Amino acid sequence: MSKLLVSPSPHIHSKDSTRSLMLDVVIALIPAAICSFVFYGWREVLLMAVSVASCVLLEWAVTRFMLKKPSTIGDFSAVITGMLLALNLPYTTPLWVVVTGAVVAIGVAKLTFGGIGQNIWNPALVGRVFLLVSFPTYMTTWGAPAGVVDAVSGPTPLGAIQEGLLSGASVQDLTAAYNYKDLLFANLGGSAGEACALALLAGFVYLCIRKVIKPWITLSIFATVALTALIFWGINPDRFTGPLFNLLTGGLILGACFMATDYVTSPMSLWGGVVFGVGIGFLTMMIRYFGSYPEGVSFAILIMNSVVPLLNMWFHQKKFGRK
Amino acid sequence: MSKHTFSIGGVHPHDSKISRECAIEQLPLPPSVYLQLSQHIGAPAKPIVAVGDKVKVGQPIAEPGGFVSAFIHSSVSGTVKSIAPRPDLAGNPQMCIEIAVEGDEWADGIDTSDTLVTDLPEDNKAIIEKIRLAGVVGLGGATFPTHVKLSPPPGSKCEMIIINGCECEPYLTSDFRVLLEKGEQVVVGAAILSKVMGGVPCTIAIEVNKPEAIAHINEVIARLGYAGISVMPMKMRYPQGSEKQLIDAVMHRQVGSGALPISVGAVVQNVGTALAVYDAVQKNKPLIDNVLSVTGECFPRQANIRFRVGTPISYIIDCLGGMPADAVKVISGGPMMGRAISNLDAATLKGTSAILFLTEKQTRRAPEGNCIRCGKCADACPMGLEPFLLIRHARLGNLEALEQNAVQDCIECGCCLYSCPARIPLLDHIRQAKGAVLGAIRARAAAAKAATEAAKPAPVIPSAVEESKK
Repeated sequence: MSKLLVSPSPHIHSKDSTRSLMLDVVIALIPAAICSFVFYGWREVLLMAVSVASCVLLEWAVTRFMLKKPSTIGDFSAVITGMLLALNLPYTTPLWVVVTGAVVAIGVAKLTFGGIGQNIWNPALVGRVFLLVSFPTYMTTWGAPAGVVDAVSGPTPLGAIQEGLLSGASVQDLTAAYNYKDLLFANLGGSAGEACALALLAGFVYLCIRKVIKPWITLSIFATVALTALIFWGINPDRFTGPLFNLLTGGLILGACFMATDYVTSPMSLWGGVVFGVGIGFLTMMIRYFGSYPEGVSFAILIMNSVVPLLNMWFHQKKFGRK
Repeated sequence: MSKHTFSIGGVHPHDSKISRECAIEQLPLPPSVYLQLSQHIGAPAKPIVAVGDKVKVGQPIAEPGGFVSAFIHSSVSGTVKSIAPRPDLAGNPQMCIEIAVEGDEWADGIDTSDTLVTDLPEDNKAIIEKIRLAGVVGLGGATFPTHVKLSPPPGSKCEMIIINGCECEPYLTSDFRVLLEKGEQVVVGAAILSKVMGGVPCTIAIEVNKPEAIAHINEVIARLGYAGISVMPMKMRYPQGSEKQLIDAVMHRQVGSGALPISVGAVVQNVGTALAVYDAVQKNKPLIDNVLSVTGECFPRQANIRFRVGTPISYIIDCLGGMPADAVKVISGGPMMGRAISNLDAATLKGTSAILFLTEKQTRRAPEGNCIRCGKCADACPMGLEPFLLIRHARLGNLEALEQNAVQDCIECGCCLYSCPARIPLLDHIRQAKGAVLGAIRARAAAAKAATEAAKPAPVIPSAVEESKK
């Protein structure tokens, strides 16, 4: 008689694995990657290739030689970090800066804490913010899409408005330069990932349909940003930008759809997620309106990442048959 | 499409009902049967036969060993060979009565004909006594003695009988076949149960992946003219057939933690149990056989068979062509909650519902990865627990936090482990933690009871009180 396998139930498993979930996120990012290629050309492809390659290679090397553990590159999470990092950078970023960002993202923000699942802050965002505060020149010189605008480089819409406000112009005059069709379809200067709002939203819808993520965090960010902007804009449209403008600029869609929904650094429960989203939306608007940086999504997400353990402690799902 | 389902969690494994078209076959009699004395929840039964006794089919051979316990009847005719421990399906010794089969002679008074008897006995007490004497236990998995369930504690009131025909576990098809082939008997059994509980309405819950059964039972109810019995088609979802989840799905009431279904006015009985009740009450036939599915993609001879309780599993497998070569795991029951068998010579029990063969590819557990905090385990938990949190406390041995987070409510359905993308053995750890917490709760209750008893003695001696305060 052959030997029988004995183990506790259940004896079957769903097809979902960490790898399959992460692969779905990679797929969801592909439309945005393709758009960034269309708008910014081969240089963007090179940027993304370098970013992904350095993230994956670094994760492999660190797990293999420093942690002496089985490599985790097969789960595709490093690929996502690489893609998100690339999508967060101007396409003109020097490659050595990209590599530096990857080292911070994977080396510092992810593996220092114990690798996938253990990190407190979203690795790609930590990498990005590190670069933003370390190399502000590279990070705020945004290339306009080739062939669309004459200028080779220029500030992002949010950056332009902040500078304009400082020089005394009114928001209405400043935003007149942008139309929402351009914002949706990416004809503006900005990081590659900010380029095409529609491509990002398509990826988000794909993730929701595949049940990889739930939409509540993202929707609560959008709702809070829109509401906060509506209130301030309603009070003083000369000083504050309006809801639609804020929804479509500054990587808000990229952040809300792909960074804030990162499993590891977002709350587990529905209401925890909603509070998390409201916090991100509100902080983003406060930084945009009153902060010294024109853009606040990255900071807002990182700040809210830090309170996730608290949110997990405060918000639990409703238990069956208990009050 | 039906919308009826429970409110929290659940998963959707592929239903894999590959033996659904196989009509119920009668298994030939084995050379010997081994009737385990403990095959129900509660105290083991006490043998009332001796080695060498001649017994007939349906003759009681062991009596209840307590209030929550059940009669056991000989499932064959022949001679009692031994009353001795024998390894069960996990290899643990269990007291068994071994009977060598000689012919097939039934005890007096058992109606073995196929005639449908629809006239219900008048006296409810007599009905419950008949069910008790027939050794009927719940056949949905827990094997709780049915007569105990039908005698609710004073002060509680039954408002609905639910007949569980969900069969939400993948692969299992025995309830489905019983509904199709013994639909009349099941419906009469349901009518008996509803009458015993005071003429309450009865809902037969069947998942929508069994449309033939839904249509057939509807037709039978109409034909037999029972007003209080209805079929409720259920959305496919595991673990719908779990008692608490089914009550939630049918009645929209949640049984509290640690409470019994009767506390919300529900009594749930399985389809197989309804049939056993019919047999016991209308035919005087004790629970001596049951239907199980023998199935699995790697098993060529799919079957639903009626077997005599106590038939060795290896005998059933041999009758159907032997072990498939690529099967690495044999499961008694379904793939979600069934138990892996290590000893194929173990005997079947009253509640055995399936023998399932799985290949290595189907059942192999992938290596455990890091928790990615996706929350899929919490989404899947039908009790609204947070397995990711429970396993963390379990690994730290933090019993207090485990109890606060309701680990004792876990129904061990396996949804958490099933859905974890990092393949963390959540339920393995939670099951152990639950055992430890339940132990602590019981110890606390016992200590509290001892304390009240110690405080009870009427003539209070001041010095003794002083003593006890210390």
